[in-house]
Order: sequence, then C-alpha cells, then structure tokens
Amino acid sequence: MTTGGWIIMVLSVGGVTSLFSWALYRVLSYRPQPEKLHGFNIDTHDTDEG
Amino acid sequence: MTQTHHREAWSSRLGVIMAVAGSAVGLGNFLRFPGLAAQYGSGAFMIAYFISLLLIGFPICWVEWTLGRYGGQKGFHSSPGIFSVLLRHPAGKYIGVLGVIIPVIIYTYYVYIEAWCLGYAFYFFTGKLSLGSDVAAYSEFWSNFVGANRDGMTLEGGQNQVVIFLAIVFSLNFYLIYRGLSKGIELFCKYAMPVLVILAFITLARVLTLGTPDASKPDQNLLNGLGFMWNPGDVSKQLSNPQLWLAAAGQIFFSLSVGFGVIITYASYLTNRDDVVLSGISASSTNEFCEVALGGMITVPAAFVFLGSAGIVGQGTFGLGFNVLPLVFSKLPYPWFFGGIFFFLLFLAAVTSSLSMLQPGIAFLEEGLGLKRRQSVTLLGMITAIGCLFVVYNSKDLKALDTLDFWVGTFLIFILATILIILFGWGIGVEKGWTEAHKGAEIRIPSFFKPIIKYVSPLYLLIIFSLFILFNVFGWDPSTGAFQPSSYISDLVGETPNAAARLSVLFIVIVAAFFMVLIGTAGKRWDNAKNGANLPDNQDSETES
Repeated sequence: MTTGGWIIMVLSVGGVTSLFSWALYRVLSYRPQPEKLHGFNIDTHDTDEG
Repeated sequence: MTQTHHREAWSSRLGVIMAVAGSAVGLGNFLRFPGLAAQYGSGAFMIAYFISLLLIGFPICWVEWTLGRYGGQKGFHSSPGIFSVLLRHPAGKYIGVLGVIIPVIIYTYYVYIEAWCLGYAFYFFTGKLSLGSDVAAYSEFWSNFVGANRDGMTLEGGQNQVVIFLAIVFSLNFYLIYRGLSKGIELFCKYAMPVLVILAFITLARVLTLGTPDASKPDQNLLNGLGFMWNPGDVSKQLSNPQLWLAAAGQIFFSLSVGFGVIITYASYLTNRDDVVLSGISASSTNEFCEVALGGMITVPAAFVFLGSAGIVGQGTFGLGFNVLPLVFSKLPYPWFFGGIFFFLLFLAAVTSSLSMLQPGIAFLEEGLGLKRRQSVTLLGMITAIGCLFVVYNSKDLKALDTLDFWVGTFLIFILATILIILFGWGIGVEKGWTEAHKGAEIRIPSFFKPIIKYVSPLYLLIIFSLFILFNVFGWDPSTGAFQPSSYISDLVGETPNAAARLSVLFIVIVAAFFMVLIGTAGKRWDNAKNGANLPDNQDSETES
C-alpha cells in the first residue's frame, strides 16, 4: 500500500463516514417544534376604559 | 412527521430516510463499486466518482425529493400524475410512464438476483457451498444455479433450486408491499438497514484481520489487498479516459437510485412541513457510507488476499460476487458463518431495493385506475411475474437479464434523470424550485448548487449520456475512430440476432404500451375528477384489512 493509496483511502472513507455521521446526528437530534395553534382573539371589551 | 389527508404516509422521518437509503443500498455497493474502483485505478476513479456525486448525485437527489413532494401536495403519488402536474400539459402524464416502467421492469430481473443471494446464504449456512479451492467449481455451481448454460434450465427441477428461492423472495416482496408504505416498506427497512450495516461491520472486521493467511504467498496480504483497491495509478492519464468518467457517473446514478422513479414516489408522501433537504442528503450519505466505507473495504481486499490480482482482474459484478467471493469465504475459518452472513447481507440490501421498485407501480394503479390495494398488488404481481418468468426462462448467458438491464436499467434511467433535472432547473425554474425545496427544510442547500442544478448538472448528464451512446451503444474506439456496434445493437439488428435479446426489447415495448394505455384511462379519470367530483381517494388504501 503506497502513501497515495493511504491518502485516497483515508480521504474517501473518512469523507463519507463524516458526512454520514453528521447527517445521522442531525436527523436523530432533531426535535420537532410543537405546532402553534392560533385561536380567535375574542374582544370582550372588558379592558376598555370608560 | 405530519400526515397528509391520505392515509398512506410515512410514520416517521427516520423511516422514510431508511426506506430511501434501503432503496439505494444494493448489490452495486458491495460488488459493482469495488470492482470498478479497482479496475480504473482507485485514485482517478474516486476523483471522478466524487465529482459526479457533487455534480449529479446530490443535485438530482434533491430535485427528485422536491418534485415528488410537490406532486404529492397536488394529490398525486405516481410518476404520471406528478408529471401531469409538473408539465401542465396533457402529454405530461405520458412522459411519467418512465417513472413506472423503469422500476417495474428492473424488478423483474432484480428479484431473480435477489433469489441468488438468498440461495447462496442458505447454501453457506447449510454447508453446501464448500466446493474446494478451485474457482471453476464455484463458477460451475453458479452457472447451474442461475441456468446460464441453456434457456429454461432452471425450470427443469433437479439440482437447480433457484426457483424455490425466487418464489420465496417474490412472495416476501409482495407481502410487504401489500402491507403498505408504513407497515410494510418502512417497518422492514427500519430493521433491515441497521442489521445490514451490522453484518457488514462483522464481515469488515474479519477482512481487516486477515493478515497473511498463506505464509507461502507473502505478497497476498491485507495491506497489499487494500493497496490493490486504493493505490492510485497515473491519475492524470487515467482521468483523460472518458470510459472512467462514464463508469464513475454511472455508478453514482445506479447507486443512489436517482432517475428510477422511486424517490419521486416516496417523497410524494411527505408534506410541506417535512424536510427534504436533510433527508435527501441523509439517505444519500447512508448509501455512500455503505458503498465506499464498507463495500470498498471488504470485497476487493478479501479477494486479493486469497487469490491475488489475477483472481480479480476481468471479473464482472457477478463473477466477483458469486464465483470469487464464495471461494474466498470457503478459505476462512467458519466459512458457513462468514459466507452466510455476507450473502444474507446482500439479500437484505436487495430486498430493500426491490421493495422500492414496486411502490411506483402500486401508486399508479391505485390513483390512476382507482384500484384497491388487493387489486393493485394482484395486477402488478401478474405483470412482474410474467416478466420474471421471461427472465428466468431466457437464462442462457443471462441474455434477457443483461438486455433489460442495459436498455431500462441504464439507458432509460439516464433519460428520466435528464428530464427531471431540466424540468427543475428550466421548466419550473431554479428559483421557484429552490423555494419549494426549502419548505420545511432543516438545513439549506449551499447556494453554489443553484448554477450547478441549472447549468452544470444537465450539461454533465448530456455529456455522459453522449459518451454512453458513443462507447456502449455504437462501440466507438477513440484510438482508431472506428465504430463497432455493441452486442446490445448487434443482438437486435446484426447478422446473427439473438432471440432472447429481441424478445426482451419487445417485452419493454409491450410493458410501456400497456402502461401508456392505462395512463390514458387514468388521465380521463383525473380530468373528470378535476371537472366534477373529487379525485377518488383509492390511493389512500393502506391495506384493506
């Protein structure tokens, strides 16, 4: 195995492994935000002055 | 994972990623890729490979995910339906036929190879594949097993039991597809993919601890095996070889399952609140990890350690996988175990891929013709069974399999992928497509991919496609400038045409015509639904039970 072979192997295998690890981490660490439900704002006029 | 108004949907985000990754991870990762890398000199090949990944692999992957989800939001899950939305022209749905016939026809021969893998795993586990140290014995076993010596051989019974394994894998595929998207495909892939990776790690650990198994042949050691796989040759000279670029781009294509019509269907079950950018890159990177980090480290080094370079050079994918590797495993301690798990690994990889080839057909039959799940599974089962029997019967030199793989599994895939990338970059427009892709996205696609998707990817694809036609169809020899049409042409129109090859092309035409007629019927149904009642929601039938 030549030095060039080591370099190509490490870069290729390391590159795809890093990408795979990063993607897996992002997917598994994702926590979806709870969906915000907006209801109607009913104005009861109870804070009106006068 | 948000639910659409259709009941058919993915149940989890990891599930859809595993399903797409499962579709991509197949025999090519463990057999085809290592063979090509070693053949073309890994240094130059890997450069062309990663450039192709960047210029066509990732872009087409994102394009397919985005267009699929877009079509799904318009109420369609089949390729003809999605194309009718994308092209906004009555003829659009007919172009979408490619997204149905490609996976359906590929399934007819892929499931046969899947049966070989299961058969080899079974024979290893039961100790029947210890045939000595002569590769010819393994080659003969394989020829008899798959019926490569004469047509109809495997249907005659006797020692050739491949038909039994074929019946098992065929039934398994249709059982899972009948269970539906989440209970069938997703559930299976969520378990099969991790098991596949674990089995690959066990095999890898065994290969990396081989050392020098035969003291009388000190050159055949692990380091030299890795060197045979990864040592660069004359990189600049090799990069000037157009065949190398063709091989690298082709491998990216087939490996990532882009242009198959599968991803577009899978993504159609997502909603705008679901991410497609990170999901796409996750599925692709899973495939790349299995291919480069596992496949690249196992197959060729293991074969070299026991057989040397002479045992590997000139072996095609099947030769390496079903002749050389069984011999390699037979030389290991506990051959039944390591051989068995390796071929079971290949079997799992094949099942996750073949499952994905059925869903586009099922989706079309259900939403186009309004069939229930039981009906659609039955009809697709009949179509694929006829095709599969055709492939199994015409087994001499695997001519039918090879012809279908060339014209559908290579030629048509190039065409569909080119249409998709041009549609995204020029039809919809890259800016609108970009916005569409980023709906619900957790990460952003780097902006330099905009010009890549619009200009570079289509150009790169067209160049590769032209090279493919030039070299692999017309057989151009750049050194002499002469044209010698390949066997794929001479088998059809040469002086001595091959009946199986001609029938294979006829089969492709019949299947395409059949689905064209169905698409015409589906189009009328969709038009009626658009003009009056709602689209019948038969596509939402998870299962009838």
